[in-house]
Order: sequence, then structure tokens, then C-alpha cells
Amino acid sequence: MSDKKGIRLENISKIYEDPKTKKPFYAVKNVSLDIAPGAFVTLLGPSGCGKTTTLRMIAGFESPDEGEIYLGGEPINALTPNKRDTAMVFQSYALFPHYNVFDNVAYGLKLRKMSKEEIHKKVMDILDLVEMTGMESRMTNQLSGGQQQRVALARALVVEPGVLLFDEPLSNLDAKLRVTMRTEIRRIQQKLGITAVYVTHDQSEAMSLSDEIIIMYKGVVAQMGSPLDIYYHPNSEFVADFIGEANFLPARVEKSEAGMATVSIHGHPVQVLNPDGIAPGTPCQLLLRPEAAVIGKEGSLPCKVTLSCFMGAYQYYQVMVGDTLVKINDSCPINKHIFQVGDDAFLSFGADCAHLLREEAQE
Amino acid sequence: MVGVILLLILFLSLFILYPLSMLMADSVYSPSSYTVYTVSQSQEEVQQFFEAQGETVRQLSISHRPVLTVPTVEGLSVVEKLGKTASTTYMAGLLHEGLDSTAVAVYDKSAGIFSLESFPHIFGDYTFNRAFTNTLWLGLITGLGSMLLGLLFAYVDCYVKVRSRLMKKLFDVVSMLPVVSPPFVLSLSMILLFGKSGLITRQVLGIYDSDVYGLSGIAIVQTLTFFPVCYLMLKGLLKNIDPSMEEAARDMGASRWTVFKTVTFPLLLPGLGNAFLVTFIESVADFANPMLIGGSYDTLATTIYLRITGGTYDTQGAAAMAVVLLSLTIFLFLVQKYYLEAKTAATLTGKASRARMPITEKSVTRPLTILCFGVSVFVVLMYVAIPFGSLFKLWGRDYSLSLRWYEQLIKQDGFKAFKDSFMLSFIASPITALLSMIISYLVVKKRFRGRGFIEFVSILAMAVPGTVLGVGFIRGFANGVFRTGFLQGIYGTGIILVIVFVVRSLPVGTRSGISALRQIHPSIEESAYDLGAGSGKVFTSVTLPLIKDSFFSGLVTTFVRSITAISAIILLVTPKYLLITTRINEFAEKGSYGIACAYATILIAIVYASILLMNLFIKYFGTSKQVREANANVG
Repeated sequence: MSDKKGIRLENISKIYEDPKTKKPFYAVKNVSLDIAPGAFVTLLGPSGCGKTTTLRMIAGFESPDEGEIYLGGEPINALTPNKRDTAMVFQSYALFPHYNVFDNVAYGLKLRKMSKEEIHKKVMDILDLVEMTGMESRMTNQLSGGQQQRVALARALVVEPGVLLFDEPLSNLDAKLRVTMRTEIRRIQQKLGITAVYVTHDQSEAMSLSDEIIIMYKGVVAQMGSPLDIYYHPNSEFVADFIGEANFLPARVEKSEAGMATVSIHGHPVQVLNPDGIAPGTPCQLLLRPEAAVIGKEGSLPCKVTLSCFMGAYQYYQVMVGDTLVKINDSCPINKHIFQVGDDAFLSFGADCAHLLREEAQE
Repeated sequence: MVGVILLLILFLSLFILYPLSMLMADSVYSPSSYTVYTVSQSQEEVQQFFEAQGETVRQLSISHRPVLTVPTVEGLSVVEKLGKTASTTYMAGLLHEGLDSTAVAVYDKSAGIFSLESFPHIFGDYTFNRAFTNTLWLGLITGLGSMLLGLLFAYVDCYVKVRSRLMKKLFDVVSMLPVVSPPFVLSLSMILLFGKSGLITRQVLGIYDSDVYGLSGIAIVQTLTFFPVCYLMLKGLLKNIDPSMEEAARDMGASRWTVFKTVTFPLLLPGLGNAFLVTFIESVADFANPMLIGGSYDTLATTIYLRITGGTYDTQGAAAMAVVLLSLTIFLFLVQKYYLEAKTAATLTGKASRARMPITEKSVTRPLTILCFGVSVFVVLMYVAIPFGSLFKLWGRDYSLSLRWYEQLIKQDGFKAFKDSFMLSFIASPITALLSMIISYLVVKKRFRGRGFIEFVSILAMAVPGTVLGVGFIRGFANGVFRTGFLQGIYGTGIILVIVFVVRSLPVGTRSGISALRQIHPSIEESAYDLGAGSGKVFTSVTLPLIKDSFFSGLVTTFVRSITAISAIILLVTPKYLLITTRINEFAEKGSYGIACAYATILIAIVYASILLMNLFIKYFGTSKQVREANANVG
């Protein structure tokens, strides 16, 4: 394998013209990233957030209007895609229908003018890695979606790029295959130790694959961090809501000391962690994940059950705390007391399971 | 419904299959045979002899010498009895070249003769062989030329960033102009601009012996006339290529040229073959351009026409040639339809996943844009020449403006020509539009016996050259159906012209109807059935409103095609009707380019007005947008 390379984006912006209003707008605005060699980084966000544009700027299909992109320390803005040491796996696979599997994979090697023997060896090795041995003479339309994706991956890997780029590669597969394939992608990436940038709008995909997740929203980076960090310590309501299920309880900090805070939720005092040291009097939102919420006959917050639903792995409740709706996943419901609609109950949670967010200024 | 189907089958059989099969039969079967004798008397003596007996003497035209057709030769001194075959007449003609005797063909009513002799005969015929090779060469050159030009324009449209909006608009207009123009207008302007007294050749370049008549002239004109067809086909295909594929290639290190060579071009190859064949067929079937600008370069279509009209009423020879031409076009049509189209579909089933990033590198955009611009200027020049041709006092001599050609046009029955053309086309349009809607509805939505037949025959008509259809109609209806006199009444009337218009436009209308109907998701109709509507109600309340656009465009297309048609009707039109196209042909042949241009100018105006009207109608009352939206919802 060629040397794995890091990527650095410095204040990258991309301006498009709105097709309807004809006004320019920032598709990507002032984005700076530093991706370490060998890392698996995911760009995550809703459609239109600029993640694909960012990826395509790294590949060279779009050029940034502002800023500079560095690949392995070298500025690459001036390079056309064919001169960049990147290889992309596309959403539509983009396999060449007029070539068979072998020729598809060999395409990049032939461009590099390798000898026949060398090409053959490399192609067979990489097909072995993606577990497609024996399929090399198939035409691409004789392959299933998962197999096509393996070939597309092999085709990108075989040219030994400094960085591997993925543009929502699994979104055309069915749910089960998606899970299998993402494990595969992670296995291969770790085996080769290659730098990978992965674009998706599927948060579970991002969590299971990445060393680091970059959440983008409206062209800017909303948050960067490890999956764990982003899940438990989101820095905004948007990130909290986008990653996983979230409840937001209106809270007011009453007292703050030694990384702990006492907040008042609908008039009831509750103890939570306060690592950011939010000062008393600040209006906040308390983020509570449904699986962290506990329902019981006693606890800190009185509530009323409005929905109770058996989901197999857990009992799903919707309860009203004051005028706030809270979703609760009560796992392993067997042998537990099941609350019915209309029951009065109590909501509680561990102090380290909730996360305090400053109230965002309304736009 | 059964009644409708039967009527359709009857119509298609009677007006497409029957004339063509009569043509084929004619080429191998002579319903009456002749025995040819040579007699020692002179032609005049023989004629007087028979007329004295009260016999009518017919002169059977042959290529070299007249033969007298009489019921018997009794009373004349026979020198020699020649063979008794379908083409005996030719032999007699040949044998008696330069001799002082007369050939007399004795007409034998009772026996028909089957023989394939006319084929070896025409294949041995110098005129035919030349026409045949000429046709193939022309088709090859035009096919390749149109394909490449179409590819250029389609590629620039889909791939290349053209900075100037005006330029982009110009390319759009130029690639659509010829689609809606009368088929022979470019020949006319070719003569005006590049002919002996051509504006460019003579006035600008000072060339006095320029010769546009011949292969190069027809090829240029045909290429410019037919390349938009290729452009549209290839544009559709290019739009369907997933840009990710090209990006993938780029990403792995391929240059723009390598991407084109290894990805775009191979994917396009069946489509290019398809475009080539379609234009090849068009070129081979084209009559008007070779007629106007061919000079001595005869093609099959013009040779057939000349065989029938040029004094020698050699229908059997013409029929045999028509069969050769028909076999050629149908063979190519079948290859195109069933082999290449399937192949094209197989390589390009993908849908473009995202918009393509246009190429901005100057090294690519500049040469391509300049090339397109050059062609565009040329095409525009050709079209501008026509109205000016009608306004200049005398092209080549006196370039002052005047309306004298329009005055001449009116004096020489111009109104009648417009009235007749208009009326006949006007009658043909609704009939064709309705028929093609019914056919496409039945073909797409119903399963019944005879469905394959209806679809095949109505689309097959596309591959029948106009000249061949004209000859077929002469053979099929001149003496009534199967020579029984049945329907003989329509021959020589406007009805047969209307029928020809309908048959000529039916494939186009049917094809567009079929594709419009295929776009309507079955679930939309199923929901109507489900709510209790019967088959007829579903058609009138759901299907028909949704294919209104297609119906209306069928209406206008038929009108335009009919009013600009020439190849099929030129053989069938009688002096009772004056048609614009035949008048243009007449005047152009006589060298009266002023009047020809005046006619063409008005014709172009009519055609464009019709197209404009259609577009406006579809824009304001159309349903295609609704259908697209409905489909987006259904998925």
C-alpha cells in the first residue's frame, strides 16, 4: 500500500447559485478539518448540509471558492481529480457496465501502465480481500447490490490511494445488507490502515464505522468528536436530535458547584453533571436519551403515562412531565411493572446520564 | 372493442400490407403474359392493319423500342417467335435494336406468369446497379456525418460548459431547426448559395463552375437535415449515463480523453449504431433532396420515380427496384429496432444519480464550441437564404428586393396549391392522431389476439420509403383492390392522398402515444377501476386526459409531415390537386428558384406557426407535467 495520508481543510467555502432565486448561497462555509492518517472519519448530516460537496471537493470534482485543501501536507486545489491520490466509492457504485468484474477492478491499474502479470496479481488479491474470488468474469449486471458494492470497493482500493472516499455507499442496499457491508468496510479499512472519509446521513452507520464523526449542518461543521462524545455530549439541540433519539426538558440552573448543578424542571429540583460550568440563572435544555430515562412508582419527576407500547426489546412509553412530552425506552420489560395509559408515575435518571445544554438563541 | 380492433386490422392490412405485398407480387408475377413475335412489316403497317380490323393497338413502353400489344398476330408475316416470359418485352426491345422489323406482343389474357426474372434483370441493369451503389454510398456518408454531427452537438449540450448564453441558445435552435423544416428546403438553399450562380461561390469566392449537384451536395444537405434526429437520440442516451461512472474513472487517474475513450464512448456505441442506422434509412428513403440536387447522381428512390414517370411505364421493373429498396430499409429497421435498441437499453439502464459537472477546461470547450458555432452559422445561413431567395429580383443577377415572385406565385395558382395542401393535411391530422392514440392504447393497455400484428405493422410503416409506398399504392389501387375494381374510385382522388398522409404519419404518432402511455403508472388507472369505472370510462376520464399532449402533438406532427410530404404523393397526385411541395419541386426543376423559394418561405412559416401553436398549447393546457408529478408520487 502506498503511504496513508492525512487531509487538512483550511477555511473551505463553496458558493452555489440557488436555481430558483438566482441568489448565491454558501453550500459549504468556512470549514476547517484535520483528518489524521489512517483515521476513519464520517461526515454526517441531513441532506443539503454540504457533506457531499465537501467530499467532492476533496476528490476534486468541485473546486472550493475559498480556502485550501491539503493531502499529505501538499496543497491540491490546483490538481484535477485524476492527479489526486484519492479513490471514491460511489452511491450508485458507478461500475462500468461494459466491463466485467476483473476489468472494472483493473481499470485504474491499466491507466498506471502496469504489466499484465502485476495487474492480474493485484486484482486477484483485492478481490480475495473483498471476498469476490471466482466472480471476476461476471458482468456487473449479474451481481447483487452487495456484490456490486464489493467490486466498487475493490476498484477503489486496488489503486492504493492515499485516501479512500465514500459517498453514501450503502444507501442503495437493504437494511440487513447495510449492516453486513458496514462491518466489512470497517474490517477492510482497519486491515489496510487506510485513511477514509465517509459521507452518510445514517447516524447508526456513522457511529458503528467511525473513529471520528463530523456533523455538518447548513454548510458549517456543527460538531466534531468521537461517536461516544457526540452521543453523550452534543453541543447543540440539533446534534443531540440528529444523533439518536432525544428528549429535551426545559431546565433552569439553580445552583452550580464542583461540576454539578441543581436544576429545576417544572418546579422539581434534579441533580445533573455540569462539566461546562453553566452559571445559575441560565435557561437550559436537559438532554435525556430515552434508554437512560427510568420510569417507576417513585422518583424525582412526577409524570402521566400517555402511551404504553410493547416493542419486544423494550417497553415504549410516552409520558407528560408538566407540558413536556418524554419518550422512554424501558428495556427488558418482562418481570417489570407495566404502566398503562393514564397511570401516574415518576421519571428519574442518573446524574451522569443527562446532559445540560444552554438554551439556543432562536434564529 | 372487438369491432375497433377488426377495423384497425383491416385498415392496416388494406393500406400498408396490401400495397406492399402487391408490389412484391408484381415483381415476381405478371398477371397476363405476352408472347412476342417479330414480323416483317413496319410498325406503321402493322398499326394500320390492326386498326382496319377494329382492334385497339396499345403501345407497350419498353426501355428501347415500342412493342405493339395486340390480341393476335394472324394475318401478319411472322419472322420469329420469341420467348414467353414476364420480361419478354425487354428482350424483344433489345433484339430489335437497329433492325427493320417490328416486335408484336400478343397479349394472353388467360395465363399469368410467375418468374423471378425481373430481379436478375434489374441486377444486370446498369442504371439500377449504379443507383443501388449510389444509394448505399449516400446512406453511409449521410449516416456517418449525421451521427458525428449529432454526437458533437449532444456532447456539447450535455458535457461542455458553454459560457455564452446566446451561443447555447443558438446551438439549441440550430439542432432543432431542421427537425421541423420541410425536407428539401436545404437543397434549395444549397443551390442558391453554392450553385453555379451561388451567392457564396460566385459572388463571394468568384468561382464560376461550382457544381453542387451530385453526391457531395446531397450528402451535405441530408446530413444537415437528419443530424438533429441523431442529436436527440444521443442526447437522451448521454443524459442517462450516470456521471458517477465518469467521475470514478477520473478519480482513478483517467484524463478527460481517456474517460471519453474508455467509458463514455463504449457506453454510447450501440446508441451511435442506432443513430447511424436511423439516418441511413432516412437517407436511403429520401426522395426530394436527391431529386433536386442529385443531378446525375441517381438513387434508388429517384430511379424508381423516373422508371414510372419518365415515359417508360415500366412498373414491373420499378416494382422490383422498390422491393429491393424496401428490403434494404426493412432489414436495417429490424436490426436497429430489435438488436441495437435492446443493446442500448442493456448498457444504459442506470439513471443519472446527480447532475453532471460540465467540462470547463478551455482545451476541451474551445475547439468544440468553435466547431459547433461554425456548423450553426452554416445552417442558419442556409435557412436565411430561402426567404431572401424569394425576395431578390433575380438570384445571381439582380439582388434588389421585390415581391415579384410572390405575385408570380399568386398568378400561377398559388392559392389553389395552399388550399389543397392545407385541406388534405387538415383532414389527415385528426384521423392520424385519433388512430395512433387508439392503437397505442390497445397496444400498451390491452392484451388481445392481433396486438402484436397491430403494433408491428403500424411501426413498420416507418421503414417504408415514401416512394415505395407510392408505387405500392399505384399497383394496389389503380385497378381496384386485386384488380377487381373495388375501391378503384379512390385512385386519383384526394382520399388516397389523405390515406397516404395518415399511413406516413401513423408510426410517429403511435410511437409517441406508446411512450406517453407507458409513462402513466398502471396504479392510476387501477384506482379508477377499483372505484367502479368501466374500461371505457377509465379511458375517457383518466387515460385520455393524461395523454392529451401526445394527442395534440400527434395532430400537429401529422399536419406538418403531411404538408411537407413529397416522396409518396408525387406519384399519386393528379392534376386535380396542386400541392405546395410538388409545386416547389416543379419550379425548382425548371430553375425558377424565385417562385420555389416563395413557396418554401410560406411553407416554413406555416410549419413554424403550427409548431409554435403546439408548444403554447402544451404549455398552457398540457398534462405532461401532471403526469410526471403523479409518477413521482407513485414512485
